[in-house]
Amino acid sequence: MSNQGPKTLFDKIWSEHLVGQREDGTNLLYIDRHLVHEVTSPQAFEGLKLSNRPVHRPEATIAVADHNVPTVNRQNIEDPQSKIQVETLAKNTKEHGIQYFDLMDQRQGIVHIIGPEQGITQPGMTIVCGDSHTSTHGAFGALAFGIGTSEVEHVLATQTIVQNPAKNMRISVNGELPFGVNSKDLILYIIGKIGTAGGTGHVIEYAGSSIMGLSMEGRMTICNMSIEAGARAGLISPDQTTFNYIKGRPYAPGTEHWDQAVEYWSSLPSDNDANYDHEIVIDSSEIDPMVTWGTSPEDVVSVKGTVPNPSSAKTENKKKSIERSLEYMGLKPGTKITDIKLDKIFIGSCTNGRIEDLRKVASIVKDKKIASHVQAMIVPGSGLVKKQAEEEGIDKILKDAGFEWREAGCSMCLGMNPDQLKPGERCASTSNRNFEGRQGRGGRTHLMSPELAAASAITGNISDIRDFT
Amino acid sequence: MDKFHSLKGIAAPLPIVNIDTDMIIPKQFLKTIKRTGLGVSLFYEMRYDNDGNLIKDFVLNTSPFDQSKILVAGDNFGCGSSREHAPWSLKDFGIRSVISTSFADIFYNNCFQNGILPIVVSPENLDQLMTAAKNQIEFTIDLPEQIIKAGNHSINFEIEEFRKERLLQGLDDIGITLGYQDKINAYEEDKKNKKPWLFKDN
Ligand code: SF4
Repeated sequence: MSNQGPKTLFDKIWSEHLVGQREDGTNLLYIDRHLVHEVTSPQAFEGLKLSNRPVHRPEATIAVADHNVPTVNRQNIEDPQSKIQVETLAKNTKEHGIQYFDLMDQRQGIVHIIGPEQGITQPGMTIVCGDSHTSTHGAFGALAFGIGTSEVEHVLATQTIVQNPAKNMRISVNGELPFGVNSKDLILYIIGKIGTAGGTGHVIEYAGSSIMGLSMEGRMTICNMSIEAGARAGLISPDQTTFNYIKGRPYAPGTEHWDQAVEYWSSLPSDNDANYDHEIVIDSSEIDPMVTWGTSPEDVVSVKGTVPNPSSAKTENKKKSIERSLEYMGLKPGTKITDIKLDKIFIGSCTNGRIEDLRKVASIVKDKKIASHVQAMIVPGSGLVKKQAEEEGIDKILKDAGFEWREAGCSMCLGMNPDQLKPGERCASTSNRNFEGRQGRGGRTHLMSPELAAASAITGNISDIRDFT
Repeated sequence: MDKFHSLKGIAAPLPIVNIDTDMIIPKQFLKTIKRTGLGVSLFYEMRYDNDGNLIKDFVLNTSPFDQSKILVAGDNFGCGSSREHAPWSLKDFGIRSVISTSFADIFYNNCFQNGILPIVVSPENLDQLMTAAKNQIEFTIDLPEQIIKAGNHSINFEIEEFRKERLLQGLDDIGITLGYQDKINAYEEDKKNKKPWLFKDN
């Protein structure tokens, strides 16, 4: 990457954060913000202690417990191991002077929800977290990526990370989104198209009128699932929508620096003639509401479609993998997607646990009842999302429809807390992973948008929002 | 960190594509605050039935593969979460090298932090190695020479120089970076002036 010539958004953030080159030829990249949660940090703090190293810049780190926390009773974590993990985070952050939002703090929530919500996430920043869905923050034009625990320790000790530049990929989606199609459908469609390894080694910049027309919430849903497309990170150019979202939030630049910050942020979008290693252009009119049928996020099909037939696979490996998925999912080739009957509905996660998602669900289920055979659960992404929803009366609409209304956390997105699927149970989920066992051993996950999940809760089958009145 | 120089032994074949980190080590084992002790839970749901009994025909439960130090696996190994528990559990089981056609970025990086060598080979070579693994042919992995040998196959592999050096010498990455402390401090001073809003105290 040269310093002259047109640059992409990624190139600009990269060169701005380059501290220097180490003797071994690797680059040291400065990290502006570090988000820490209870599951991937204890070993990092332990490592610091063992080598007697301090945290380089505690005020650049923010911690919260989200993965392991109960969504029913907050006073007491029953699982002794989860409890130790949450307590360890409280202890470690206190010891090192790191800001920690505890379980009783209204600001507590899923780490990728609260970063933007608090205004911690800003354009042009580098942001890391020991969690792959850190890519979410890319919606603000921040270079944000997940790291392992050893790297968490490295960032705590040095405020830098050892990295080599990623390749640039641009995915442009153009045109007005068809009725019933939203950001979740867009990203599922993209993953279906490029595959779960399609973005490996790349940072994906999402562009085009369909993307730029999305709200910040919608953009976050897209960037969130960049990791499911194999990419290191996702990025969207910051614009007025971004600035409006950030302004006035607790950690946003104050009035004394606001204009200066906006001026800098406005210089970040990719130059017109910047070069990409890979370009994909999609016409949004080709996109339908999407649903996954298998055990990888790339196993995706239009809600109007059918479960695929392994014999149609192009390679022997692909055939085997479809057979394996179908067996796990308990599905027969050729079954219409809308004929699939559900047991559970999960609405939440860092993909779709924001206020806009909850509002959409409420507008669909208002004055209706969920099907008698389904259990439906809605878990707000943060305490503040929950509060906001309650102020708007959304909780009431949802509870009247038969939804369980929970405290904030990751919950059944990964089922580390007691919220889990039982073997064979089938769930419509607004989360991001449908891996085997992800939501509970033997559990079967169908990923979809909040709109589809809401419609499906009412009918009890996977449903097309466009047929739903 | 543990050094890695060369490795000899039979390799366990795992011909499944997209093996994700939830498969490698399911979430219930992420509640630990230690790096060790995860080996018994590696590939938990493929290795144990609902009652916690060993599933006899799973490859890592059969002799001699239960002693494997090498794993040969399908495309896109290690996709999913950033959990370093995945390489910790592999290592705790005794696996020091994984061979596949591709790896998810974060997992790939995490391996090197733990003295595990992930090796990318072509689809054709993976087929050959998978067959060799099934036939219990002894593998030799030579990192300095960047060669995998198995029976009459001899396959060269690529690895970035700095990663190779770090494995060979078992270097402490944080220690190296702390040698650049002055540069880091200078960077911060510069940015405090140019982008003061980033240094607003939280
Ligand atoms: S909601 Fe799910 S994907 Fe997001 S951080 Fe939590 S566990 Fe990870």
